[in-house]
Amino acid sequence: MSILITINGCEYRAEPGQSVLETAKDNGIYIPTLCNYEGIKAQGCCRLCTCLINGRKTTACTALAADKMVVETNTEELEWIRSTIIELLFVEGNHFCPACEKSGSCELQALAYRYRMTVPQFPYSFSAKDVESAHGTLLIDHNRCVLCKRCVRWRPEPEAPGWFVFANRGHEVRIRFAHERAADFDKSLAQAAMDICPVGAIIHKGRGYDIPIGRRKYDQLPIGSDIEQIGGGHE
Amino acid sequence: MNNLKIRQTESAAIAAIIASHNKDSTGLMDILIDVQERFRFVSKKAVNIIAEAISIPISEIEQTLSFYHFLSRTPTGRYTVYLNNSAVAGMMGRDKIARAFEKEAGCKFGTVSEDGNIGLFNTPCIGMNDQEPSAIINQRVFTRLSGEQVIKIVRAMKNGAAIDDLPGSGVQSNIIRPGPILTIEAPTAEILEKSVCRGPDDVIAEVRAANLRGRGGAGFLTAMKWQLCRAVEAERRYIFCNADEGEPGTFKDRVILTERSELLFAGMVIAGYAIGAAEGVLYLRYEYKYMTEHLENVLRQMREAGLLGRAAASKKGFDFDIRLQFGGGSYVCGEESALLESAEGKRGEPRDRPPFPVEKGYLQQPTVVNNVETLCAVAKIMLKGADWYRALGTAQSTGTKLLSVSGDCGRPGIYEIEWGFTVNDILRLVDAKDVQAVQVSGPSGTCIAPKEFNRRLAYEDLATGGSMIVIDNRRDLLKDVVLNFTDFFISESCGSCVPCRAMTIQYKKKLEKILRGNGIGADIDQMLSWEKVMRVNRCGLGQTAANPILSTIRNFSKLYNSRLRGDIEFVSEFDLSAAVRESCQVSNRVPGSGGK
Repeated sequence: MSILITINGCEYRAEPGQSVLETAKDNGIYIPTLCNYEGIKAQGCCRLCTCLINGRKTTACTALAADKMVVETNTEELEWIRSTIIELLFVEGNHFCPACEKSGSCELQALAYRYRMTVPQFPYSFSAKDVESAHGTLLIDHNRCVLCKRCVRWRPEPEAPGWFVFANRGHEVRIRFAHERAADFDKSLAQAAMDICPVGAIIHKGRGYDIPIGRRKYDQLPIGSDIEQIGGGHE
Repeated sequence: MNNLKIRQTESAAIAAIIASHNKDSTGLMDILIDVQERFRFVSKKAVNIIAEAISIPISEIEQTLSFYHFLSRTPTGRYTVYLNNSAVAGMMGRDKIARAFEKEAGCKFGTVSEDGNIGLFNTPCIGMNDQEPSAIINQRVFTRLSGEQVIKIVRAMKNGAAIDDLPGSGVQSNIIRPGPILTIEAPTAEILEKSVCRGPDDVIAEVRAANLRGRGGAGFLTAMKWQLCRAVEAERRYIFCNADEGEPGTFKDRVILTERSELLFAGMVIAGYAIGAAEGVLYLRYEYKYMTEHLENVLRQMREAGLLGRAAASKKGFDFDIRLQFGGGSYVCGEESALLESAEGKRGEPRDRPPFPVEKGYLQQPTVVNNVETLCAVAKIMLKGADWYRALGTAQSTGTKLLSVSGDCGRPGIYEIEWGFTVNDILRLVDAKDVQAVQVSGPSGTCIAPKEFNRRLAYEDLATGGSMIVIDNRRDLLKDVVLNFTDFFISESCGSCVPCRAMTIQYKKKLEKILRGNGIGADIDQMLSWEKVMRVNRCGLGQTAANPILSTIRNFSKLYNSRLRGDIEFVSEFDLSAAVRESCQVSNRVPGSGGK
């Protein structure tokens, strides 16, 4: 059974089980997200991908494409909500881009550029959360963490428990590394965890600036432009 | 030798606790709660033992443990005092009681006395708004506290008194206006007999004909929920009763649970029969732990009378029983999917929907979650018929509603009214005078001014989950109520959605700026514009977390405007004088004097 879905006025074909976000991506439509990541179960944490789906504000990463579904991804209001959420994340932590190893590969920084953020409308919190370096391969800077839960939902071995959990609640929520199994956490896992993190909260220790700033992914092209270059797959 | 013995006793006690519960994640909440109560905290060692015994990683146990307010990783004192700090408690003199506790116990709130004997902690509304100031001490509830009583309680604690010997524990029911639901009319056996003699579809049809809607606040049609659940193919189905009652100012479920528990359980049996469930779970907020003995007694009597268990209500082939499940202190667990997560031993984070619980609920099985009052209404509908029920209330809102009225009024307590009463009607009943505002349906609801007191309580006008807080003209609405509610939402957010976690803090900063006398018109506009962002949160808590501020901006604009500065168009949120106060003190300068 084929699924036909209308996104921003054009009709596209979707695969059963595909999310709205994936369907849009396959067809050259970029929907911003910080918490969604290919291969990791979607959870709708950052709320950035919120779209109008059949007239209701719904996260595109968790909504499955359904036949005759009508989606709007980029109304003025949705774009304003997104830019406001990005500002909220900036003031919630400390994001001193010039001093961050992730600069240029950071999705939060790239989104701020895409949304042309200059000065956030909120006062900074001057976050003074922990910086953990206890583990041999990992540095965790909670001041940079956007609590997207990618690392929490990440299962490098599908049947085994994850390497990170969420602790506390509300504004005191923190990611926590599963220290009890630290001995099994090798360098390749540390690198994978760093790559999954959209910001510079999880850093693989002992490597730095392999690619010079200025030549990194989002230094070349704005975030989302790789998807948009696929270009109008109209049917 | 002695130390070793103590350690062994601790391990043995934890092992005994684990042995008495499910040895998987569904038993985790029970285990953590028992360990907390036995040792007054959950130590690292306890976590290790539990992890080993039920095969859950240590980090995953810690993520559940750290989510709940009443579970602690550090000692909370042999006597743990949780004093309510909700808005109404404040109005009823809570601060004086807090100071008395601190003075007598010799420690500040948020800490434990040096000898480890007494811990003092704040807690949001404990469901005793009609008898504040009140506190929970080791699962016992102490209401209408006075300074003298605090002195007696603390002295008894210092003398090592048994918890049952602390003076003055007890809860009043305060049923002031009983109506059809609260009036006992027939034995439970008769209600159940009248139900199970009909087919499940017939029972659902009766509830549909009564047009019963969920009494938790959302107002979803009960029969439709049941029908959806029944239609899903599954090996097991579950009926959950939501007794999490965490909305500040609500205490109607407390009264049903203690005064009409058989009626509630009858409603659960009927719902279980209708949807084809074998198990009912009553999920209660931890604050109601003091009811355990009573509720277990009622369940035991019902089992002995053949109303529960094999062939429940003497219906061949209908095996159904009910168990209690306590939460660990979390408002958001009142959201049905968060409640199910919690019952599964996880953090109480609401799930993404769809799928809805009626398709994939508890342990991924089809599950109906109904409010306490809804299930009581079900039992009465089956006893007296849909026609009788539909004749009560209004055309669109049938039946009655239990209101929990508190705050500035002569007769706080439980009022059962037909839908359609106006706010003014209620204010007369409760003897309220000089009323400034009424908080309808708790902090997540709306705060209305006298010009709206002629509105009717009904789904089609002013919908309510039952909390009604009366605020008279002596109060500083913004400081005493709105700020308190905003703090409540900040501390109860699960932290998952960005706007709920972070925007609530921005709202608080703005409100404080206005309260300091530094607010300007643009601050109000900004707060209104942020509402759109709050609406994209996943659950009802997040979506309504700014309601205390938004509804008072809309209904009490004068209160805000009178505090705004009209002389300037911009005030920095950054208080330079405050920031340099310390360095000025050291260097003997005066802040704001240009370095002189």
